[in-house]
Amino acid sequence: MRSFTVHTGTAAPLRRSDVDTDQIIPGRFCATHRRTGYADGLFGDWRQDPGFVLNRPEYQGASVLVAGEMFGTGSSREHAVWALQEFGFRVVVAPRFADIFRANSLMAGLLTVTLPTGRVEALWDAVEADPRTEVTVDLRAMTVRAGALHEPFTLGEDTRARLLAGLDQIDATLRYADDIAAYEQRRRPGLPTSGTAA
Amino acid sequence: MAGTTLAQKVWQSRTVRPGVGDEDLLYIDMHLLHEVNTPQAFDALRAAGRTVRRPDLTVATEDHSTPTISVDRYDPVEGRRMQRTLLRDNCAEFGIPFHRLGGPGQGIYAVIAPELGLVHPGMTIVCCDSHTTTLGAFGALSFGIGTSQVEHVLATQTLPKRRPRDMRVTVTGTLPPGVTAKDMVLALIGRYGTTAGQGHVVEYRGEAIAALSMEARMTLCNMTVEMGSAAGIIAPDETTFAYLRSVLGGSPPAGEEAYWRGFFTDPDAVFDKELALDAGELRPYVSWGTNPGQSIPLDGRVPHPDDFGDPALRTAAERALSYMDLRPGTPMRDVPIDVVFLGSCTNGRIEDLRAAAEVLDGRRVADGVRMVIVPGSMRVRRQAVAEGLDEVFARAGADFRAAAGCSMCVSLGEDRLTPGTRSASSGNRNFEGRQGPGARTHLVSPPVAAATAVAGRLAAPGDL
Repeated sequence: MRSFTVHTGTAAPLRRSDVDTDQIIPGRFCATHRRTGYADGLFGDWRQDPGFVLNRPEYQGASVLVAGEMFGTGSSREHAVWALQEFGFRVVVAPRFADIFRANSLMAGLLTVTLPTGRVEALWDAVEADPRTEVTVDLRAMTVRAGALHEPFTLGEDTRARLLAGLDQIDATLRYADDIAAYEQRRRPGLPTSGTAA
Repeated sequence: MAGTTLAQKVWQSRTVRPGVGDEDLLYIDMHLLHEVNTPQAFDALRAAGRTVRRPDLTVATEDHSTPTISVDRYDPVEGRRMQRTLLRDNCAEFGIPFHRLGGPGQGIYAVIAPELGLVHPGMTIVCCDSHTTTLGAFGALSFGIGTSQVEHVLATQTLPKRRPRDMRVTVTGTLPPGVTAKDMVLALIGRYGTTAGQGHVVEYRGEAIAALSMEARMTLCNMTVEMGSAAGIIAPDETTFAYLRSVLGGSPPAGEEAYWRGFFTDPDAVFDKELALDAGELRPYVSWGTNPGQSIPLDGRVPHPDDFGDPALRTAAERALSYMDLRPGTPMRDVPIDVVFLGSCTNGRIEDLRAAAEVLDGRRVADGVRMVIVPGSMRVRRQAVAEGLDEVFARAGADFRAAAGCSMCVSLGEDRLTPGTRSASSGNRNFEGRQGPGARTHLVSPPVAAATAVAGRLAAPGDL
């Protein structure tokens, strides 16, 4: 996984709340077994509208998506994260994320940053006033900076360390292989198993 | 020191290693797989030279992008065929038990797991599907994961996870006749919103919960994810134990029932958040907008954007009304419907089919309306046929499908609606395009679905 330390880029303001993963990548774009090829499907239905933020010339090349309350609700499809990354986003900022989307993004290396609603609105205003505004997301300092805005954010220490190092989560967990084996030794024998294929 | 919640008891019992930072390493007791969110996980596993640690704690089914008209129906979409072929091949390669389309144990993962006796109180269960929360109905901690986490669980049988906060929803009173667990959860999300449960495990308790069947509890926990929650959970009780004895062929392994009885919330446990609902006040609910939080009683009227004080909710209502092509003030009962869908992991169980059959018995689906009924599992289908429900459906003019699957709830297979079509759906999501690009979805309970099919517009059984 690509490590994440400091990222600077322009931002696209997505002034919508409850953006669900069916919108981020509609189901019909998920009928594949690959991990790539989703950029064209990103917001596939909304992009039919020429006025949609990602279609507007001033936001081309944006690498930070700034969204409203509760981004990424709905289906667990990680394709939503892959589509955002492939389109060029490295960070999504929102007041709140749905739990599964957040877990998916942090596993795949897309940084999801929560900022208070008022700060997200300030970011929208700044970016809309000048789409060339550079947004810097610093995972070492744990801050978002854009013009006059300078805002701290929080992230779990394990996750932060893993993203900074670009570490695969499985490798990180396998350091505890002995603990897993020991746990399995003391698991209840009466717990169900999946048995043989029907 | 305050007592421990049910969710924390499960969490503690499954903690392999407490986190050095903010996450604990949790052991996963059962990992459910389906065809859509897994091929990339297996590819990554192979690329890294890893293997599946516990195929005996892993089980796969085909459900999301499968045909339902016939088991043998040729799927013209190469991507969907490939997903299913790959799941079959991956299961064979790694020795994972697999329930092939049309097989006796096949169906939607959240429907078959309890039927197969794979869900017990106190377990941790994950699946690459957000509605894994369904299985919290058994006092298990169950949550949806993404593809990278699927790979992680395959390789390690564990998941690093931040401990969720505890939330309690107390539902008092008694549900009025004809009002279901689906109405209960739509009312809850309609009242408290799509973010109310974020970061929390929601434990349901109270006399109205105790009175629910296992199937109704599954419906309730299923849609708990729609209020942003990590999981829903209900303490196991005599209803749970009776269900488990029945699926386990009379008796669980020695000592297990006593073990299950240890999973409850201590009376002095403290919750981070509490909500309440009076079941006696509930009526049939229906969604008017494009997320499950945009739901109101069926006897209500389409709201006006100005009814919402919060600017974000007002903007969302404007968008939703435009997408749904609804005028504020229209009585919900005046909304005509083109298609009715009964099925899904929310409402594709035998109890749901019975409730619909009771309404459809001796009646006809309205001219110009199409009603599609898809069993949640092959076991549900066999039971429906044994009870003669298939004949009730046929006489009513409803299309009772031959194969089990997610079908029109998620429209990943061929069952989908054309743009502009308006549906009443027993599924779980009314998102834009959920049932097909441009399709308009109203979420309803099974009795309302059946009554709507007969009336040709949104209706409750009492309206017929």
